[in-house]
Amino acid sequence: MMFRALTLFLVLAAFAPLGAMAVEPSEVLADPALESRAREVGKGLRCVVCQNQSIDESNAELARDMRVLVRDRIQAGDSNEQVMAYMVDRYGDFVLLDPPFKASTIVLWVGPGAIAVLGLFWVVMFYRRRTGEGADDVAVKTQAAPLSDDERSRLDTLLKDNDA
Amino acid sequence: MKRFVYLIPLLVLMVVGGFAIKQLSDVSSGKSVRDLPSVLINRNVEAFDLAAIEGHELGWGTKDLLGQVTIVNVFGSWCVACLSEHPFLMHIKEKNLVPIFGIDWREKNPQDGPRWLAKYGDPYTRIGGDPESKAAIAFGVTGAPESFLVDKQGVIRYKQTGPINAQVWEQTLWPLILELRKQ
Repeated sequence: MMFRALTLFLVLAAFAPLGAMAVEPSEVLADPALESRAREVGKGLRCVVCQNQSIDESNAELARDMRVLVRDRIQAGDSNEQVMAYMVDRYGDFVLLDPPFKASTIVLWVGPGAIAVLGLFWVVMFYRRRTGEGADDVAVKTQAAPLSDDERSRLDTLLKDNDA
Repeated sequence: MKRFVYLIPLLVLMVVGGFAIKQLSDVSSGKSVRDLPSVLINRNVEAFDLAAIEGHELGWGTKDLLGQVTIVNVFGSWCVACLSEHPFLMHIKEKNLVPIFGIDWREKNPQDGPRWLAKYGDPYTRIGGDPESKAAIAFGVTGAPESFLVDKQGVIRYKQTGPINAQVWEQTLWPLILELRKQ
């Protein structure tokens, strides 16, 4: 039973990536080397209609036309970088699923790291204050002074009143 | 210093919240989240030639835009928003305000575009068919309708994503056209 479930899972897992491809047989180039370059480029280009898919995954008609254009340019002798540049030239950096590191994208790239470092710094400060240097200070401040006779007798009266 | 550290999460929240509020207010004021800044502004229209659509004698190419201020309008008979924009384009045509060059984009059947124009009216000076998105990609088009204001030298000066309506016309397009004509 277990074995059967595992087999099913593996078979499904093997086919999963194929399900996400929208490249149609009629678009595929005869030369496998060129086709694999076209796939390489297509994976990195955003479908500008659906925005969160690459053109290779999207069924949108514009994505199809972009795939065809990528293949046209590769067959015309463009390098992968030249094809990418051609698209960026018309659609901007937005068309790249992996945006380049530059002034306008610095928050995107540096932001998460900066927040992580800040968080780490905060945690370190927090624990150092508890256990490291300065721990004696904190202990002194938090350890209450013993009650004076006056206070003890007031406490006794209050507790007695409560019981009654 | 200690107090300041405790303020950091609040500051981060305020910055993130500020962006969220800006985005939401843009959407509620009618600015679509799909409006992407075009990288083509102040660049020359790429060289291309579009074939005529059925029943029309002339297509058009980049050279036909030179010497006058023009609007290039991407449309399709399949595009619902294009139909909502259509009466205003007819108005521009009737008043002879500015020549509109049409790109009939990605018709499933080559007769769909001509039929649509015969039914609703033809606001275009010239129309070219673009079944394979050649011109659409050259203009960085992401959907229809999209319109581009092109100056006398063939330089793209403005991109309108979505339908042209009276508000867009009066506030943006017409003042810009008058200004570009003086140059």
